Amino acid sequence: MKIGVLAMQGAFREHGKALESCGCGPVEVRKAEHLEGLAGLILPGGESTAIGKLLVDFGLLDKIQALGRKGFPIFGTCAGLILLAKDIVGSNQPRLGLMDITAKRNAYGRQVDSFEIDLPVPEIGDNPIRAVFIRAPYIEKVGPEVKVLASFQEKVILARQGNLLAAAFHPELTEDFRLHKYFVNMCHDYIHS
Amino acid sequence: MVEQGTFRVKSGLADMLKGGVIMDVTTPEQAKIAEEAGACAVMALERVPADIRAAGGVARMADPTIIQRIQDAVTIPVMAKARIGHFVEAQILEALGVDYIDESEVLTPADDQYHIDKFAFKVPFVCGAKNLGEALRRIGEGAAMIRTKGEPGTGNVVEAVKHFRTVMGEIRWLQSLPREELMTAAKNMGAPYELVVQIAKEGRLPVVNFAAGGIATPADAALMMQLGVDGIFVGSGIFKSSDPAARAKAVVAATTHFNDSKVLAEISKDLGEAMPGIEISTLASEQRMQERGW
Repeated sequence: MKIGVLAMQGAFREHGKALESCGCGPVEVRKAEHLEGLAGLILPGGESTAIGKLLVDFGLLDKIQALGRKGFPIFGTCAGLILLAKDIVGSNQPRLGLMDITAKRNAYGRQVDSFEIDLPVPEIGDNPIRAVFIRAPYIEKVGPEVKVLASFQEKVILARQGNLLAAAFHPELTEDFRLHKYFVNMCHDYIHS
Repeated sequence: MVEQGTFRVKSGLADMLKGGVIMDVTTPEQAKIAEEAGACAVMALERVPADIRAAGGVARMADPTIIQRIQDAVTIPVMAKARIGHFVEAQILEALGVDYIDESEVLTPADDQYHIDKFAFKVPFVCGAKNLGEALRRIGEGAAMIRTKGEPGTGNVVEAVKHFRTVMGEIRWLQSLPREELMTAAKNMGAPYELVVQIAKEGRLPVVNFAAGGIATPADAALMMQLGVDGIFVGSGIFKSSDPAARAKAVVAATTHFNDSKVLAEISKDLGEAMPGIEISTLASEQRMQERGW
C-alpha cells in the first residue's frame, strides 16, 4: 500500500520515515500525477501559507480537494490541519477546506511559546502520546460531523471527520507512531471498501 | 507538564522550514512580498548583506522597531541576526519574540574568541559553518540549525558550494575511520568527541542544514538542493534584483521542484536582472565574512 506525503515544504521526510516504520512505502507528492494509485495522503507541518500557494501554483489544490470529497483519507499535521480547515480565523489564504472545523493559526504564540507535553488519546491506546506543538494552531470550533479525539486546555487539538484526520501537533517528531498506524488503518479500510 | 525550549521544540521548527526559502527583508513591504511569494520565513535586517558590505563600518543587530514592524506584517516565522558572541543582542531578540536567532558573521563580531551559549536561551539559534568542525562546535554550543556560510552579499554561489561539499566530504571521511581514530579526528577538527562519534555512526548532521551566502537565481537554489542541503537562505539575491516579487516566487518554486529540470526551465524565464555579482578573488581576506567565527 502506497501513501503519499505532500512534499512542497516542511517535515515531509519525517512523515515518510514514520510511514516506513508502519510498513508503508511513502511517495513524495509534488505534482498532480504523483497522486495516482495512492491509498491516502499526509499533509505535513511547515508554513501553511507557503504550502497553500504552491498547491495552487502547481495544480494540486483542486485535485486533492476532489479526492478528499470522495472519501480519500487525508491526515494533516499542524500546517496540514490548517489546510484541511474550512475556516481559518482572520485569513483568506488558499486551503483545501475539506473539514468542518475552524482553525486558529499560531494559537499558542511565537516560537518561544512552543512546547511539548504528554496527552491522553484514548482512541489509540491507554498510554499518553508525546505531543510536540511548534507555533501550533488549535481547532476553535468543530461541526456536527467532527469527532474530537483529544483536547488540551479545553481546545481541540486532534479531530476526525470521516476519512479526514487533523492534528495540531507533530507525531512525526517523536518515535511513537501510533497515530500514523491509526491513519494507515484508515487507508487500509478505504482501499478495501 | 508543559515543557518549553526543549531541543526537540527548537530543532523541530527548523524541520518545518525544510524544503523552503528564508528571505532577508528590511521593511514590512518586503516581508509581505516574501510571504506572498511563498517564503517559509523571513530574516529581519536593517540592511541586506550587499549593502552592509558596501557601507563598511560596524554592522549590528537591527533596530527593534524594524523587527517589530516586520513581525506585525507577516504570519510566517521572523528571524533576526545577532553579532557573534553578543549574548545581550540575543537576549533582546528573544524578548522581542523573534522565532529564530542567526548568530551571524554578516554582522561585525562582538567577541573575537567565543560564541553565544545557545543552551541558555528558549529561542532557537542558527549558525554558519564552512566545515564540519565549525558546524559541530556550534551544535555543541546549542545551535539547533546550521547553514553554510558561503560568501554573503556577493551573488556568487561558489563559496556555498565549497562549504557544503567540505562538510559532506568530512562526514564521509569520518564514516570511513575506525573507532580509535575518532578522538584524534575530533581533536584536529576542534569538534566535540561525542558529536564526532555520532556523525561517524549516522552519516549526517544531527540538525537541519540550509545553504546560504551567494544564492541569486532559481538554478543556484536547485543546485544547492540537489547537492543535498535541506533548504535555502537568500540574502541580497531577492531584493537586489530588478524584479524581487517574480524572483522570490521562482526561487521558492525551484527549491520545491529542485529535481525537475522542466519546471526549473519554465520558472527561470523572464526574471529580469539578477543582483550584480562579485568575484571572490577580488575580495581581500578582511572583506570575507566567512572568516568570522571561531
